[in-house]
Amino acid sequence: MTIQFNDETFRDDYSFRNSQRAIDRFPFPFHEDSYMYSVNMEQHQGGPADSIYEKRFDVDEHYVAEMRDRAMVLADDPLRCQSLPHMILAGWDLLELIMVSKSEDYPDLFELHRNGNKWHWINKPMGIEDHFVFMDETTLPYGPMEYITRQTQGDFCVLDQREDNLWMDAGTVTTQADWSLDFDIGMNFFEWHAPVPLAHEKGIFKRALKFLLSIQQGAPARRLNWTMTVNPLLDTSPENYHKWGVQKNTLTLENLGSKQHLRVELQTFFRLPRSNALVFPIRCYLMSFQDIVSKPKWGRRLHRVVRDLPEELATYKGFIDNRSMMLEFLARYDDGLPTSFGVWPDEQGTPALQK
Amino acid sequence: MSTFHFPESIRSRPVYGRLEARPGKAHLMIADAQGAEAILGLALQVPELMAKTHVIFIPKGTDFGPKLQALSPAQYYEGPSYAAALSRIQRVLSDAAMGLQIYLTGTEGLMGQAQNAAMQAGYDYTAIQTEHRGSLARRMQCVHCKGITEDVILDPFECSHCGLNLFVRDHYSRRIAAFQGVCIDAEDPGNVPPSQEIYS
Amino acid sequence: MSAPAPNSTAPKIMGAEKIKVIVSNIVPLNDLVTRFEFKRTDGTIFPTFSGGAHTMIEMQDGDLKRMNPYSLMSDPAERDTYAISVRRDDHGRGGSLFLHQKVQVGDTMTLSYPVNLFSLDLRARKHLFIAGGIGITPFMAQIKQLNAANGKWELHYSCRSPELGSYVDELTSKHPHSANVYYDDQKQFIDLHTLLDGQPIGTHLYVCGPKGMIDWVRKTAAAAGWPKAHVHHEEFLAPKPGKPFAVRLAKSGLAVEVGAHESLLEAIERLGVEPPYLCRGGACGQCETDVLESDGTFIHRDHWLEDYEHASGTKIMPCVSRFEGKTLVLDR
Repeated sequence: MTIQFNDETFRDDYSFRNSQRAIDRFPFPFHEDSYMYSVNMEQHQGGPADSIYEKRFDVDEHYVAEMRDRAMVLADDPLRCQSLPHMILAGWDLLELIMVSKSEDYPDLFELHRNGNKWHWINKPMGIEDHFVFMDETTLPYGPMEYITRQTQGDFCVLDQREDNLWMDAGTVTTQADWSLDFDIGMNFFEWHAPVPLAHEKGIFKRALKFLLSIQQGAPARRLNWTMTVNPLLDTSPENYHKWGVQKNTLTLENLGSKQHLRVELQTFFRLPRSNALVFPIRCYLMSFQDIVSKPKWGRRLHRVVRDLPEELATYKGFIDNRSMMLEFLARYDDGLPTSFGVWPDEQGTPALQK
Repeated sequence: MSTFHFPESIRSRPVYGRLEARPGKAHLMIADAQGAEAILGLALQVPELMAKTHVIFIPKGTDFGPKLQALSPAQYYEGPSYAAALSRIQRVLSDAAMGLQIYLTGTEGLMGQAQNAAMQAGYDYTAIQTEHRGSLARRMQCVHCKGITEDVILDPFECSHCGLNLFVRDHYSRRIAAFQGVCIDAEDPGNVPPSQEIYS
Repeated sequence: MSAPAPNSTAPKIMGAEKIKVIVSNIVPLNDLVTRFEFKRTDGTIFPTFSGGAHTMIEMQDGDLKRMNPYSLMSDPAERDTYAISVRRDDHGRGGSLFLHQKVQVGDTMTLSYPVNLFSLDLRARKHLFIAGGIGITPFMAQIKQLNAANGKWELHYSCRSPELGSYVDELTSKHPHSANVYYDDQKQFIDLHTLLDGQPIGTHLYVCGPKGMIDWVRKTAAAAGWPKAHVHHEEFLAPKPGKPFAVRLAKSGLAVEVGAHESLLEAIERLGVEPPYLCRGGACGQCETDVLESDGTFIHRDHWLEDYEHASGTKIMPCVSRFEGKTLVLDR
């Protein structure tokens, strides 16, 4: 399989587009017609052919453009990538995990040749070729975590494990859902989730932490999370909120289908062997409402989820002010027919829109 | 009375206790303003503690200095500001041995910054005692320009560096020793509600 | 699951991943301790690990399937061999006796992937290790890891006698300034008060050894004003034999008699029900199970649950705790 990489932008003219293949494999996150928090973990050991779950680190048509956007974000604000001093070993762990996974999963795109600690890495889509000494920071142009995450889609949080808790002690975060790595670095699991409403009271984080502490080498896990973004903007950071926040005011009923995006995060969790840290990649998939409603089941369901979401969650996810307009748009794609259980579009078994 | 009962808040917001004497070979107490009252109270309960204690005090216009000095601590220092005291605090911490007990009291800004200095020296924050006394003003970081505004008592307030109108969150970073300030009128520029005192 | 793959079976999330190995070498170190070395049966290399990690060894002893955790003591950078050292326990349930008496070079066995519940705090300015007897094993790997990274450490290792001092020669010849050994039979004891006094700020203290030693080190450190977060210990309990008892599993609708020499967890697993676990020694908390109904006495032995939870009769750690009485119904 050869991937055709898009030449597109996630800012200014927003030329980002999803191909039919990208729409077909979009990780629609709602398995039923309503949504509430849950730990919803499963093992991350592959998935259906060509799905986003198939490989350990999914590479898709947006890869090259996303990496270009990341480089721009880091040039504007280097604090989006930070590592506390004790996390350097975990950085090497992460570099090894990604290089080994990508070279095995995409041999036509990435190559890793190892001779003891002398490593040779080739990234064809980005035109990178480097020789370096594993565990010797002086032989790479950046620290190991920054080096490899400049070449891998998704945000990366590297969590130290101490005292039965996880600590956000390193990360590269440029495509976040409105949280600041620079502010949250050094916090424990409960602290960096502190602003999330409702979930603490439901015991969600306590259960999730217990699960994450138990993740073992060779047995990664995954879950989905979601939010909403106006325009296909990757960098919805609090740092730049005073610049992008105003875009939420640009929605009209006419442009909503192309401007309003469902933002889905594929969160995966891998135990890192040398450091005993945990890496938590957060991969962002964006899809416009008009592309979502091209699947009748997804159109019906999205309407019902957005309509019935508790107000606290709509506020936290940042779309409370636009909810009524979103519902006016989505209602056109909901004829009231029942939907089948599960996230897949089930195109053969789903009736076309009855209005 | 200089104490305040903080309402329950989110999990990242610091929670303060009451200072108590703990076993240890050496003791370091850092206080500003009304924090002196907490030290005076502790010394009243456990007078023998002071002979092993280094007191660092920033009066901020209060007159507790002579009273603290009268406790005859092993070492006493009074500084005009935290910034002025910082290099001394760092030196004391870098020379310290395990078994040191750390007591911080006074404003949130003072406690947060001193806790941060101890963490940088390799001391786990969970073992540091804190007791809030005096002003409810906060040390705020602007999430946009990263500038710190000291002694913020109004919400919303104007960032002293970039001038944005920021609302005061309870989300707190130990590493920055500050609460987070976020632009209040990003989605509707110019629509800024009138400021109120924090906890009013 | 909110986003399961289609046709995927219910995912088995926890429980260790497994590695098939062949016993490549058995080295008796002294009267009590023997080292076992393993290679992978498929000839590939082992996963690397962090110092302090253990592996769970599966042992098929007649009808009984035992799983015991042992610290990996080989060099984490050494990828073609894993090594553990096992102290023979003549009064235990028989896991160590099985290894000592029945396992031979060339046997195939199953190990879990490494799991670390006793990892180094990598923020430490200095690591201070206190070992008693077989408690030396996790430190063997941690010392190798720290040496590779120029980490600062100091070891104080207490053994019964020179004859029973496993790895003393290796440690003292390679690290004459950092490894300190004390022999009980020569009346040499670790002077902990003096040792803890004056350690630089940022030092972390680790202890592994008999329960009495762990308690002594933790208490002494607390009295000297050491923060709890700077004091680390590892203590896995071996399940103890006891009277047989009956248990009913409400969710799975099964019932079983727990044998005198098996743990409640092993009996549950015998039915094909698989609670999650990491340590099987009362420390990690993963197999915590709700009690739905009981008429009898709990024998709690874990150090995971709080005292009030033990007293409540509503929770049990099936890896090490038992029950005596008429009825026990669990939420499994």
